[in-house]
Amino acid sequence: MAAASAGFICNVNVPKPVVIKLFSLNHVIKRRLSTSVTRCQSHCPQMVGVVGLEVHAQINSTSKLFSGSQVSFSSPPNSRVSYFDASLPGTLPVLNRRCVEAAVMTGLALNCTINMKSLFDRKHYFYADMPAGYQITQQRLPIAVSGLLIYSHLGGPKRNQVISKSIRIKQIQLEQDSGKSLHDEHQSQTLIDLNRAGVGLMELVMEPDMSCGEEAAAAVRELQLILQALGTCQGNMSEGQLRVDANVSVHRPGEPLGVRTEVKNINSIRHLARAIDHEIQRQMELLEQGGVVQNETRAFDQKTGLTIPMRDKEGLQDYRFMPEPNLPPLLLYVSGRVPAGLDPSQVVLVDRVKALLPELPGVRRERLVEEYGILPEHSYTLVNEDGLADYFETVVKATKAEPRKVIGWVVKELLSNLNQQNLKVNQSLVAARALAELLDLLETGHVSSTAAKVVFQELWKNPEKGAEKIIQEQNLGLMSDAATLQIICQKVVESHPEEVDIPKNVIVLNKLMGQVQKETKGRADPVQVRAILQELTSS
Amino acid sequence: MRGSQCVAALLRPARPWPRRGVWSLSRRVAHHSRRCLNSAPSSSRHVHNAKVPRTPTWQPVHETLLPPVIHVSPDLVDKLERLALVDFRNQEGVECLEKAIRFADQLHVVNTEFVEPMDSVLEDSSLYLREDTVHEGQCAEDVLQLAKNTLEEYFVAPPGNIPLPKREERSAMLKNSEF
Repeated sequence: MAAASAGFICNVNVPKPVVIKLFSLNHVIKRRLSTSVTRCQSHCPQMVGVVGLEVHAQINSTSKLFSGSQVSFSSPPNSRVSYFDASLPGTLPVLNRRCVEAAVMTGLALNCTINMKSLFDRKHYFYADMPAGYQITQQRLPIAVSGLLIYSHLGGPKRNQVISKSIRIKQIQLEQDSGKSLHDEHQSQTLIDLNRAGVGLMELVMEPDMSCGEEAAAAVRELQLILQALGTCQGNMSEGQLRVDANVSVHRPGEPLGVRTEVKNINSIRHLARAIDHEIQRQMELLEQGGVVQNETRAFDQKTGLTIPMRDKEGLQDYRFMPEPNLPPLLLYVSGRVPAGLDPSQVVLVDRVKALLPELPGVRRERLVEEYGILPEHSYTLVNEDGLADYFETVVKATKAEPRKVIGWVVKELLSNLNQQNLKVNQSLVAARALAELLDLLETGHVSSTAAKVVFQELWKNPEKGAEKIIQEQNLGLMSDAATLQIICQKVVESHPEEVDIPKNVIVLNKLMGQVQKETKGRADPVQVRAILQELTSS
Repeated sequence: MRGSQCVAALLRPARPWPRRGVWSLSRRVAHHSRRCLNSAPSSSRHVHNAKVPRTPTWQPVHETLLPPVIHVSPDLVDKLERLALVDFRNQEGVECLEKAIRFADQLHVVNTEFVEPMDSVLEDSSLYLREDTVHEGQCAEDVLQLAKNTLEEYFVAPPGNIPLPKREERSAMLKNSEF
């Protein structure tokens, strides 16, 4: 054999990001997108964006898909690698039951048709972090097909309308993850860690039913909530448990779809919206100037908010799919139709999995609205924040106050405090019980609503003191003594003679009430004050 | 066995060959094998294997029954070399491939209507489902010991993205290396 044929020609096709060089952007039109408002804007009124997502969700299992090594996020390099993961000869894949159940559960939650018989295939491409040279996936006959992801997002002019949309899911398939590669440009080498190689992934292929970044972001958020509720995936995008690639193109409605580009390297939902919007904008501008959109892969650079072309693929990738010869078809069963002689540990019953489905976010939102009579947009906020719905339900059960009043406190006071200090609900400085106590005091008339807000802020600073104690200490109790109130009201009216001339004016009344509250530091009983003032001003 | 005796005879000439007229090796082999075959039936107790037909049972498939001939274009050769990291080396290699494809084309004569394709002979066996427990891993040393190049428990690989040299460069390289 002629060894001189360039020694070892190592050819590596590029199915994924490798070296990202930041070119000088002088020649690129830098148009910063306003990130605070990701509305669906068409640059050119006729053209619309078309967005499809490819989501890879890492299955929340103890061991990997085809081997018995542990799934863990950060471990010493190559310490969670079995002989099969390293693709040493003589090793064979052995399917993990938990991964099958997770895929079936996810398929059922997304309204898919579960294929009772599914097949495994090999997808061939060369890359250093995939030692076998192929990935075991399910391309021909995946485990679940034809589903629907129903999501909602806040829209409308005031962004308080809950708009429901849906995306068709083409298929859900089980596949292997690849290892991690760390690029060392100085030494011109790549360091490979195979801990992640072989971990089970669910690939969700969605139809291009979306038109902008905001929709995509809302859809991914909903998917995250669903997967977290099911327990099949922890959905943490920053840790790589949920990876999203976007396929973006633009066209005029009615015309055939335009050339699409794939956007990768997105690691948060916010970046997803930005990346998609930028790409749509870029394509529209390009077409307007008479250019042509290339079918390429682009990487999202989060610092600049732009998408940058990666080394483009040499023509279309051909993965040479072939049936996996080491794995027979995966068969699923329904109770009552299991062939005799099968060991129960070898049987996955689809109806059993269906019975184990927990309450999904969409269902929970509706239940909260029905059960507690709150507004849909509040229900949306409750379910969207981790743990907020549980907090709300705890408070409602512990207090006599009506849910409609409680929701105001939870969504406004509590949430704004949490957001200010960037805390999660389970880190809240005011526990659910403490808030319930405060609301009880408000209900029974020990404190006015204005004063109660002050008490809340005090509680936040000193959580160990109870609401009652704070009221006592700061003398925030409700002032309802008629005589005292009369005196104060009189004083206020006398000091604002010009206002009193206009009788029964609501605005004037409110202004006077404001003055009274200022005098009493918000402790005055608003009902009584209003009555007294009305009397005083009408005479 | 007769066969090995023939070969042994070939290696150690029974009597000195005449110096004039050098026989080529292939002719020697043909000569010997003919002698072996001709002598076999009369003196052997070798029973013919019943599973092997005495006369060929297949007919060569006529050209008209086969689909049109597939030519492997230089672009396709390029693509295959890139995808599968094979090296066709020269035109003979490509022709060999084309002949192999032609041979496989004979499968088209078989009627496969209403027949489900078979992926593997295992398709009727049951797929074993393993419990989700950890029983492997923690053997970084074992796994790394075969690698030529490692760095602090990582495998070292060349940087990704090395494209195959373009076709013109490749043929130039081959020219220099051709024996």
